[in-house]
Amino acid sequence: MSFVRLVLFFLGVLAALLLGWWAIVGLPESMLAKVAAPSGLKPYTQEQAAGRETYIREGCVYCHSQQPRPEGFGADQSRFWGRPSIAADYVYDTPHLLGTMRSGPDLFNVSVRRPDSVWHYEHLHDPRHLVPGSIMPRFPWLFDEGTSAPAPEGRVLVAYLLSLDHTYPITPHDTVESSP
Amino acid sequence: MTFGEDSRDPGGLRLNPAELVPGLDTGPGGPAGRPSAPDNRSVPSHEMDIRIPADVSAALPSAAYFTGAVFWLVIGSLLGFLSSLKFNSPDLLSATPMLTFGRVRPAHLNAVVYGWVSLAGAGMTVWMVGRLCRTPVRWTALLFLSALLWNAGLAAGTWWLIDGQSRGLEWLEYPRPAAVLIAAAYVLFALSMFRTFSARAVKHIYVSLWYILASLTWFPVLYLVANTFSYSGVAQAAMNWWYAHNLLTVWVSPLGLAGAYYFIPKIIGRPVYSYSLGVLGFWTFALFYNWNGLHHLVGGPLPTWAVSLSIAASLLMFIPVIAVAVNHHMTAFRHLGMVKRSPVLRFVVFGAVSYTLVSVQGSLEATRAVQEIVHFTHYTVGHAHLGVYAFASMVLFGAMYYIVPRLLMREWPSPWLIEFHFWTAAVGVMLFVVSLTFGGWLQGMAMAEEGVPFLDSVAVTVPYLWVRSGGGALMTLGNLVFALHFTWILITSAREGIRPVPEIHAAAGGR
Ligand code: HEC
Ligand code: HEM
Repeated sequence: MSFVRLVLFFLGVLAALLLGWWAIVGLPESMLAKVAAPSGLKPYTQEQAAGRETYIREGCVYCHSQQPRPEGFGADQSRFWGRPSIAADYVYDTPHLLGTMRSGPDLFNVSVRRPDSVWHYEHLHDPRHLVPGSIMPRFPWLFDEGTSAPAPEGRVLVAYLLSLDHTYPITPHDTVESSP
Repeated sequence: MTFGEDSRDPGGLRLNPAELVPGLDTGPGGPAGRPSAPDNRSVPSHEMDIRIPADVSAALPSAAYFTGAVFWLVIGSLLGFLSSLKFNSPDLLSATPMLTFGRVRPAHLNAVVYGWVSLAGAGMTVWMVGRLCRTPVRWTALLFLSALLWNAGLAAGTWWLIDGQSRGLEWLEYPRPAAVLIAAAYVLFALSMFRTFSARAVKHIYVSLWYILASLTWFPVLYLVANTFSYSGVAQAAMNWWYAHNLLTVWVSPLGLAGAYYFIPKIIGRPVYSYSLGVLGFWTFALFYNWNGLHHLVGGPLPTWAVSLSIAASLLMFIPVIAVAVNHHMTAFRHLGMVKRSPVLRFVVFGAVSYTLVSVQGSLEATRAVQEIVHFTHYTVGHAHLGVYAFASMVLFGAMYYIVPRLLMREWPSPWLIEFHFWTAAVGVMLFVVSLTFGGWLQGMAMAEEGVPFLDSVAVTVPYLWVRSGGGALMTLGNLVFALHFTWILITSAREGIRPVPEIHAAAGGR
């Protein structure tokens, strides 16, 4: 291979990678950067943010998605998992927790159908006690050993779960990102 | 007589005397795609004088990478098997935070991808670059340092995940310091490879080397970009899946393809079927594969046009896949007898066939109609193992069975153990993939059906997940046997010493 062809080879290879990045990351990002939080979405409180860290630490994302899909694409709507999510719903989320598995249900609006903190405590302590046939792990270390009262880490996790409600109304203004 | 047809050497596993001085060659196809003589015994002795220093140069660095690879294969398989059992009995070891599913699973993925596949790939690359460039591997001190840093990064990263310090981004879970160690290790590796390439003593650059060179260029850029931009929300998800899919594009797949392109023609002793298909396959692979990432987010909150681009690119993947398939399979299927006889070839051809299968499956899987059903299900996990295990890992197993004897100058102690490994791995991964393909599909159908309770989608998978664990147990068993076998040959070599090459050279009658 001549020197010139070799240079072309490396440039071509690099261009292929960067072109792909530009098309599916760079360009979408430049549009998404303009998205602002809908008026109904509040930033996480300190407690909720700490609970989110616990959610990440225990790997809930490997079984639970956070992205309800639209009517006509799966049965998410009929399961009352909430309106289809839009990019603006996620502006405070880093790392994002969209997820790719649904070994368990979507949790983006779980607090709407499960508003009771006691239910969550019991469920996290032993899911099969409440839901026979569940394959969700139990998380006994989020509770005091003797009393089974929630430890601080359990409390913040449930605070986070109870914050998962993205059913506030959105305006057309919130969805501007969709066209190139 | 060609090397492969030697009745005493059923396909590259046994060393004939002259082979103990594993030669350099221009690649299986030889210059311009013509067959070079694969028979080392006809090589003139002055040629050997070039080969000896070259081979010695690759031996120890490759062996260092392979040793790490085997270690992480064992750890990774055990972690995967444990993750699997937790679906069958969720209360198993469930009181220990360090062994909860949500920590063991990412530790598994990272250990097998950045540990086993990456280190085995690096070891194979070092050896192949030396051979394909017909020159000693340069800057080998960097390679030792690289192997050290790589393993340190893996150890730290695995510990941090088990300890609960994940960054929370799939495929990028390791905390920053571990990522930095791995990145540094990769850069050292790439430097040594580029240095060797620039000292090459060949004009012709064989197909395997195209994939390797592209990969060495891509991976550092990919890793750097993914780790430096601090996006949030949906843009971060786009970046995340661009990265995760591209890791297959720029690293895992090129390794597997470079290996298949090298070993199939090498062992059969025939050139690659078509040079122009090779070119077409390479460039369409480079162009289309880099756009695939967003097919992991179909139906999600991303701009629809961007997801559609990825779906279109996934369908275009049929072009490189068919080109590569024709090149690999036309060569192998004309010599099926050899595939039966040669253990190395059997692993590699199994991998190459799996590449075709997983790619065709992937292109179809990316369409909206199929994604609606299978997106969030175990079907995807089946697809992942068809790719990373049945394709990439099987090619790498074959490569190691071929290369290790040529590094340590001794044959594998037990052909029977190799046979055992092949059948456990092959049957295991087939059970794994077939069960999850059906189980995942049924799970997706239940989930997409209005009025069916969610728990039905859990219940329907139960028997399939048991079969998956059975398949996983076979894979793990085979991998453990492979690790034992590898340790055996290492220890024998350490005890008896690697035979000094000139001595073997003399024993081979100077041919
Ligand atoms: C191995 C997979 C798995 C993991 C890991 C997992 N879950 Fe679950 N989860 C499930 C399954 C299956 C269900 C449905 C059955 C049930 O309610 O227990 C579920 C249900 C839930 C529900 C009730 C949802 C509803 O609609 O009723 C919540 C809340 C929940 N999980 C939270 C969590 C949190 C928080 C974590 C991490 C600490 C977690 N899950 C980890 C599998 C998992
Ligand atoms: C050694 C080679 C292996 C490789 C390269 C490999 C690779 C992978 C990959 C890429 C994933 C991510 C899948 C996804 O996100 O879709 C994964 C997950 C997984 N693997 Fe493996 N794997 C290997 C061996 C095993 C073995 C031996 C088992 C044993 C059963 C196993 C069980 C699992 C399980 C249970 C998951 C998690 C799936 C889930 O979240 O539902 N793997 N592996």
